[in-house]
Amino acid sequence: MTEKKKDEKEIPKEPSMIRQKELISGYYDELATAKEDGKKVVYTFVPGNLAELLAAFDVLPVLPEINALQSGMRKRSRDYIATAEKSGHSEDVCTYVKCDLGMMEQGIGPTGKPIPEPDMLLLSYTGCFTFMKWFELLKERFPKAEVAMLHVPYQGDGEITKEMRDYTVKQLETEIVPKLEKLTGKKLDRDRLKELLVRSAEAEEDLVWTWEAAKHRPSPIDGYFGGVFYIGPIFTAFRGTQEGVDYYRLLRQEVQARIDAHEGPITPRGQLNDQKFRIVVEGPPNWTSFRDFWSMFADEGAVCVASTYTRVGGLYDQGFRHDPDDIMGTMADYCLGCYTNLNLPQRTKLIAKYCEEYEADGFIAHSVKSCNSFSAGQLLMLREVEKMTGVPGGFIESDLVDPRYFSAANIKNRLESYFQMLAQRKTGGGAKSMEAVL
Amino acid sequence: MEKGHTMRTPEQIAEQCEQIALDDHLGEVTKWREETGGHAAGHLPVYTPREVIDAAGMLPVGVVGSGEMEIIRGDAYFQSYICHLPRSVVEMGLTGRLDSLDAMIFPATCDVIRNLSGMWKLLFPEKLVHYLDVPHNHDPEVGGVFYAGELRRLAKDLSKISGVEVTDDALRTAIEKRNESRRLMRKLFDLRSDSPEKVPTSELYVLMRAGFQMPQDAHDALVKEYYEAALASSRPEFDNARVVVIGSFCEQPPIGLIRTLEKAGCYIVDDDLLLGAHFILDDLELEGDPFTTLAKSWFDHARSMPSRFVPDEVKGEYLVQLTKKRQAEGVIFAAPSFCDPALLEQPMLQDALERAGIAHTSFKYAENNGQFHPILEQAGTFTDSIKLWSEAS
Ligand code: SF4
Ligand code: SF4
Repeated sequence: MTEKKKDEKEIPKEPSMIRQKELISGYYDELATAKEDGKKVVYTFVPGNLAELLAAFDVLPVLPEINALQSGMRKRSRDYIATAEKSGHSEDVCTYVKCDLGMMEQGIGPTGKPIPEPDMLLLSYTGCFTFMKWFELLKERFPKAEVAMLHVPYQGDGEITKEMRDYTVKQLETEIVPKLEKLTGKKLDRDRLKELLVRSAEAEEDLVWTWEAAKHRPSPIDGYFGGVFYIGPIFTAFRGTQEGVDYYRLLRQEVQARIDAHEGPITPRGQLNDQKFRIVVEGPPNWTSFRDFWSMFADEGAVCVASTYTRVGGLYDQGFRHDPDDIMGTMADYCLGCYTNLNLPQRTKLIAKYCEEYEADGFIAHSVKSCNSFSAGQLLMLREVEKMTGVPGGFIESDLVDPRYFSAANIKNRLESYFQMLAQRKTGGGAKSMEAVL
Repeated sequence: MEKGHTMRTPEQIAEQCEQIALDDHLGEVTKWREETGGHAAGHLPVYTPREVIDAAGMLPVGVVGSGEMEIIRGDAYFQSYICHLPRSVVEMGLTGRLDSLDAMIFPATCDVIRNLSGMWKLLFPEKLVHYLDVPHNHDPEVGGVFYAGELRRLAKDLSKISGVEVTDDALRTAIEKRNESRRLMRKLFDLRSDSPEKVPTSELYVLMRAGFQMPQDAHDALVKEYYEAALASSRPEFDNARVVVIGSFCEQPPIGLIRTLEKAGCYIVDDDLLLGAHFILDDLELEGDPFTTLAKSWFDHARSMPSRFVPDEVKGEYLVQLTKKRQAEGVIFAAPSFCDPALLEQPMLQDALERAGIAHTSFKYAENNGQFHPILEQAGTFTDSIKLWSEAS
């Protein structure tokens, strides 16, 4: 413990990380005084969130998943989950939900400050059925909150049809906007929304540039563990804001400087310049032992060059940008196109593409107990990616915020064997796939 | 019954149904195909409007997994914390048990079924795989239009296989015929509630489940025959506890579990077992655009269930009303392990029951459970307590 604390002190933080932290903690401060400041509060989810629309109405978004992951990182989730289970929630279900409900019951947010009650539950339903149940449970708790549902159809056939898009746009026009207008007592200012969308696209451009910087050797970023810091602002309240634009500009400059200096990203083990393995990761990280988990990769000289989790709030690197000239259509396209709204063959193809474009040595699926949306089918995806690319897959399991399911020794063992196998392959021998190893 | 035939007993009919229902090789479907040369479309357990499949000239077949079968390959596709149903469905697919199906329809139920649709595309590229979205927006001009479009898309997909275009008239006829099946099923549900000793749920269940593998006419005939036989039966009435069973809408409990509840002194007077077979029991209109009629039925006639979002729904109200309507004395929550929709819904339903002063108990199962003793004990204690409570009050 003391050892780790010492470690933390020694590791220099990237300026963007410091800025990211400031942004997020400023956001939580704003939330804590939202009611006093007369601000309306809207709970909504990350994938398919309507950040610009909410900002156009000057309402504050609360993202329950972010609360849950913050609670995990700050070691509060165990307690919250226990509270929820004590009050009757099954041990089998998604721990994000239980962490959030437990937190509500205790009345205190992840930073130790209270989270304001919702004036509206805006369920932009993209890519996960559990979201729906989650908000129904919140509705029980906050019966006065208005509920607005944006049903985003799933890309079952791997495409966004005109009908799907029309349906989503119609809901925005007939359900979401009127309810927000009613909540705030003001009409939607479309010009303002347009300006916000312009800024979103600007930030998105820099974020994509950052992702693609991982094609360099050494990679100047970690696109998974480091990536979760990078997505913080754009996945939450800062898309469409000047602060968001500035953050991504700063990030870009920082990454450019590392490219110029042939440097890798800063990890919990210091700067990772000597990169032995380039890895693509599928699935969300574990938050309760985040640093340990990252260290297991860094210790082996493994850098994550791309990940799917960092695409749940938008597949910008596949070409999508918010389009200020089609305000409703672009919000619909955004929601429909998030990673979790892709079907399994699309997800598989995307991972294979990452493996090829980022010249990955390996591909790891981190399967989390909580999340059927991510996990169901992952084992097949793993095999398919191997078949398509020849890149060997590895498989590890834990959970998002329930520390009971993070078995450090087990995961470390698996990762070590996996990286050993990759090393042998590099020197021309060894097993050819995960089945031989795991 | 034709003259000259001896009337079969309900037990005999149920026995035949059980053989059909639990045959994970879908023998009835294969037989039907051989006899007719027709095409068949499978659908996962929770609601798919079978009328569209009927109108495309195909046999609708409910694929509900199997608890009987040994899982050899299916487990390798799913982590331990995912429910059991997709394992047996994949096992059935990989072992050729679903070869008699030309298409598979995956209705929007949960993330597991949703992702299973993609797995099917990867595993069986030669089969038609159709993901059927359902509307969470209840405005007829918005969600209604979208869903009617989804049903049209389904009709088009199926027509490509069967070569039969789904015309409005054909769909209307299918709705009319299904109205008749719904009427029969409704009558049977009411009889079960009025005289649960005559219609044990273990029999009603296999009867419904056989219908997932049979042509509609043949199944309707069976339902009629069973109804008459059950009505005429003189089974002794016990002082059992009347209960509603809830949570089993998708992955099915083993039949042994249903029998165990009965053995423990329960009269199951309503349930959501095999929900797709009785999700809608009302008659649907025959006028107007038939796709719109089917779409509207999702909003106006469907049962409450975890995957169906209803704006402003007071969670659990439906269950409280159902319990009252069926004069049930308690509710048993029986949900598959790791079933997020059922298990996340459960606390909300339990709250509502508590507000209404209705007793409840809960347990989890997997379709391949073989140990029923703990459930026998638990259900026995529950029925005893209900009985004691009702005597005391
Ligand atoms: S199931 Fe997955 S996507 Fe859904 S709420 Fe839980 S963690 Fe998030
Ligand atoms: S049992 Fe539950 S989790 Fe499993 S497939 Fe069915 S609805 Fe989904």
